Amino acid sequence: MTPATKTTGAAAGYAPGRTLPLRVEIVRQFRRRRTIAMFGLLLALPWILVVAFQFGPQSGNQQNALRLSDLATEGGLNFAAFALSVSASFLLVVAVALFCGDTVASEASWSSLRYLLAAPVPRDRLLRQKLIVALGYSAAAVTVLPVMALVAGTLAFGWHDIRVPGTGEVIAAADVLPKFGIVIAYALVSQLVVASLAFLLSVSTDSPLGAVGGAVGLVIVSSILQAVEALGSIREFLPTFWNTAWLDALAPRPDYSGMVKGVALSVTYSAILIALAFRRFRRKDVVS
Amino acid sequence: MAVALVILVAGGLTWALWPSGAPAKGQDVAIPVVDGPAGDQHVTIDATFFPPASGGKAPAVLLAHGFGGSKESVRAQAERLADQGYAVLTWSARGFGRSTGEIALNSPDYEVKDVRQLVDWLAKRPEVRLDAGGDPRVGITGGSYGGAIALMAAAYDSRIDAIAPMVTWYDLADALFPDATGRGPVNGVFKKMWAGIFFSTGNGPLSPGLSPGGGLTSGGLGSTGPGSTAGGAGNGPFSSGGGRGDMPPAAQPMTAQQVRCGRFLPAICDMYQTVAETGRATPAAVELLRRSSPVSVQGKIRIPTLLVQGQRDSLFPLGQADANARAIAATGAPVEVAWINGGHDGGDSEPDWAGDRVSDWFDRWLKKKADAPGAGGAAAGSADVAGAASGGAASGGADAGGAGAAAFTVSRDGGRDPGTRRPVIVHATGGGYPGLSGSARTTVAVAGPDQQVANPPGGSPAAISSVPGFGGLLSGVGGNVGVALDIPGQAAAFESAPLPRSTQVTGSPTVQIRVYGTGEATLFAKLYDSSGGALAVLPSSLVAPLRVTATEAGTPVTVTLPAIDRRFDAGHRLRLVVSTTDLGYATPAAPAVYRIGLASPGLTLPADPALDAPATGPAWWTWAMPLAAIVIAAALLLAGRTRLAERGDRGNRGESRTETEPGHDDVPLVITGLGKRYSNGEKAVDGLSFRVEKGQVLGLLGPNGAGKTTTMRMLMGLILPDEGEIRIFGHPVVPGAPVLSRLGSFVEGPGFLPHLTGRANLELYWQATGRPAGDAHLEEALEIAGLGGALDRAVRTYSQGMRQRLAIAQAMLGLPDLLVLDEPTNGLDPPQIAEMRRVLKAYAARGRTVIISSHLLGEVEQTCSHVVVMHRGRLVSAGPVGDLLGATTSGNGSGPRLEDVFLDLIGESR
Repeated sequence: MTPATKTTGAAAGYAPGRTLPLRVEIVRQFRRRRTIAMFGLLLALPWILVVAFQFGPQSGNQQNALRLSDLATEGGLNFAAFALSVSASFLLVVAVALFCGDTVASEASWSSLRYLLAAPVPRDRLLRQKLIVALGYSAAAVTVLPVMALVAGTLAFGWHDIRVPGTGEVIAAADVLPKFGIVIAYALVSQLVVASLAFLLSVSTDSPLGAVGGAVGLVIVSSILQAVEALGSIREFLPTFWNTAWLDALAPRPDYSGMVKGVALSVTYSAILIALAFRRFRRKDVVS
Repeated sequence: MAVALVILVAGGLTWALWPSGAPAKGQDVAIPVVDGPAGDQHVTIDATFFPPASGGKAPAVLLAHGFGGSKESVRAQAERLADQGYAVLTWSARGFGRSTGEIALNSPDYEVKDVRQLVDWLAKRPEVRLDAGGDPRVGITGGSYGGAIALMAAAYDSRIDAIAPMVTWYDLADALFPDATGRGPVNGVFKKMWAGIFFSTGNGPLSPGLSPGGGLTSGGLGSTGPGSTAGGAGNGPFSSGGGRGDMPPAAQPMTAQQVRCGRFLPAICDMYQTVAETGRATPAAVELLRRSSPVSVQGKIRIPTLLVQGQRDSLFPLGQADANARAIAATGAPVEVAWINGGHDGGDSEPDWAGDRVSDWFDRWLKKKADAPGAGGAAAGSADVAGAASGGAASGGADAGGAGAAAFTVSRDGGRDPGTRRPVIVHATGGGYPGLSGSARTTVAVAGPDQQVANPPGGSPAAISSVPGFGGLLSGVGGNVGVALDIPGQAAAFESAPLPRSTQVTGSPTVQIRVYGTGEATLFAKLYDSSGGALAVLPSSLVAPLRVTATEAGTPVTVTLPAIDRRFDAGHRLRLVVSTTDLGYATPAAPAVYRIGLASPGLTLPADPALDAPATGPAWWTWAMPLAAIVIAAALLLAGRTRLAERGDRGNRGESRTETEPGHDDVPLVITGLGKRYSNGEKAVDGLSFRVEKGQVLGLLGPNGAGKTTTMRMLMGLILPDEGEIRIFGHPVVPGAPVLSRLGSFVEGPGFLPHLTGRANLELYWQATGRPAGDAHLEEALEIAGLGGALDRAVRTYSQGMRQRLAIAQAMLGLPDLLVLDEPTNGLDPPQIAEMRRVLKAYAARGRTVIISSHLLGEVEQTCSHVVVMHRGRLVSAGPVGDLLGATTSGNGSGPRLEDVFLDLIGESR
């Protein structure tokens, strides 16, 4: 018995900082059907959209109706922006809620959580590692869709400059590409609220479905409230209010103020929700 | 959480449903006035008086309506001003609403005389503060037609103390016959569509309001209200032209004069008919129109004036306000200018912001806050509240308190609100009004060859810039974006190189062109913002008409382009287009061809660098909220940690107490005074104490609900004891205590990831412990599990027994010094049970310790060396199995059975 293990009473070779390595948690999550199905869907969706756009008649009156959906077939970048705009409000929310809401609750429902804690993986570390991996998967989900849409759109519609909805102005593709990175980064940050709420619920319940559903439900309620104009400026503080602010980054004259507000709000909510999750889990009696 | 939600909802409901103060009540009055050049025409003015909400004596505000409107169209603004502590008088001008008389276009002989008598009337009201006998403290505001009467009355009545005219004219002749070369209205191009609408509105109830006072609706003329019936019914002197749908049907057939002139004064009617027919202004017409214009009273307006003019206004463009500002400022009177977004062509007329700006103006010059601090402060406060409550798209929050400080304010496009996707307006302010030529000028070169342009016969088809009354249809939603249409062959275009940097233009750009040909050419110059995309933008949809006599040698003319405020982005091009037609103007019917060239390549762009948009930096909460959240998050985490630390301290104190016992480190398990309550307060474990020595196989016995599983969970650090402590090898057990690494456990069924194979589950579990792979003794554990080929199948395909064996194997990974197994033989078949028994005994024989909970008494009897009996959370008995059996003798004489002993102990013997 080494002196270190003598003082803590730990078994030889045990160190709290080495428990539940990220690699192990990634493998544990990756081989799940649910993970693979979600990524399959996200990767397939752009191609489904490409096929869908082959059907309808090409609208001839592009002078008048310059909506994002009308411009989707203008080129890869336009298509990717369209794909992101149609999926950010719900599909990506579900994906993020799934990865973050399921992570602890599913372990609880399989009873494997208690064996991890008795291994022992310290509770804060368990939560931290799980959060990092869940956020990693969420980030991959949010990133993989627009990137695949960019690939699919470029192959299907060519590599053209982006046309802006509304005014129909054209911005060079080379200028937009870095902005597209900003858009994806913002989409990531704005999903942080969903992620952290799902995580808090995941820690609080043994039902993965409850955690995922609860987080998605909150997004739905927030979107409904957002439509109530009578709420005035209170709506600015709804977690979903700024979710479409990334459109401003693609404008001819990019305006980041909305995105800054969105990031601020997102960070605010997530910091508190994640802190609550840690606090709750630390003191929780694990009875599952 | 639910409680918080309920409180939130209840609070919201209370706030929403709380009765708000009743709006100020107006008193309808009919004020008889006498006017006319000879002072002999009796007219009844239909007016409404709103006493000040604050009570007492207050300054008065005369609130005039726009052309085609009536006192009803400014009611909302009147109520607001009354709430802010003003005595407000609104009236329908002669010829409008229920007032009698004929429209004289704000003539000094008619409307101005009426207003003087309204001031007389105000001077007699007890609610109105007087400066002197018969001289009330009074200001006038109004939009368009109402703005002009404010200016005219200010010139003719020295009792008026301050005015705030909005979107109105300086020279009506110049507004209707503009000429961008500066040669005056006689040379001007007839603005036929606007003029037609202007005069037909006075003719009959075309629209409920050309420009209803300060509350310019963004619909403007485009929105025809309930009063717009075909046929021009109700032109009689007592009807309410442009009323609110309460128009009586025409009782008797109208005379030819009525049909021709409606409610216009015949002289004005005749003048209009002449100029509209020819499309040229006559000196007499100019004289008549100027009598109704501030241009005729230069130097007579010497009072503080706030001029609010619209950027989207092709009827009374910014140049009209500029001329007013210069004329009034020349007298030394304080003048401030605000360019709002909207105007007669639509756009956002910012009623909230403009209303606040006007009341600030009157607060400053009528209330003179110093001598009425209470009322002034209250008024400003309520204005802020109103502005904040209306919120939304109209105005950004940054300017709420800024109004009133700046001599020059320009409403600019602030992008879109990311949440509502609606346009946001920001207000750039400057300390001084520089005029349309700007306080700084830059020159941008434009180039292009001389180009032939044709005037089409009959002037059709015509280029489209703005269509009066339908401005909102052509432009996008708000903003200064205008889409214009030029007819090929009718327009010459000259373009600049892409701008190296973005250029802000505030004022009227100028350019020199040359017109080749013969005869008199009517041309329209416009400056596009071309981004290289398909659609070039014509800022504010404004054009500069000019009439020039073309010569073969080329007539050079300096063209003053429309005044705009726009930022031309870097990379965009400036495109000067000179066209022969425009839908809104009268153009010659004769076909002709001219050649247009540049006289000088320089396009002079005025700017006002002093204009300062309010800091559009992030709102305070964008940085404050995340910071606060991080602080709160840290507090939440630290507070949780402190409590855990306290718990740990208690454990440490215990350690120091028991440290004195020699060899304590070697005792695998010591439980002292352990207690745990369910959430309902019932005790699951109560004062439990026992110890387990090395090499023992301890059986934990008890009926269901005895607290066995709860004890084991506390042993694993899964649940926190309420009292007492557990020590494993001398170290207190807390969640995640490192000593747990010497504990192998199987409690309440297996826990595996169903999608992974048995082998992968064990491997990943061991990797999760972070210990060296060599310490796992995986093969030994797998041998105990005895799963054979099934190891490489997903766990979800396993039977209950297979999972059970795999779980025990997992508990044995790393050969822990203390092995805790809960009902280990459940689901095993007899040979497996026998094997398991052998394995456990062998395990303990190697100096390790095994704790088994079971309710199978035979199982315990055959496997365990020691036994602890629990019942209802309490320890009933503890000791070697032999002692327990020996302590009691069976009543029937045969050897003691554990079952009997057990039932006896828990007090349920048969």
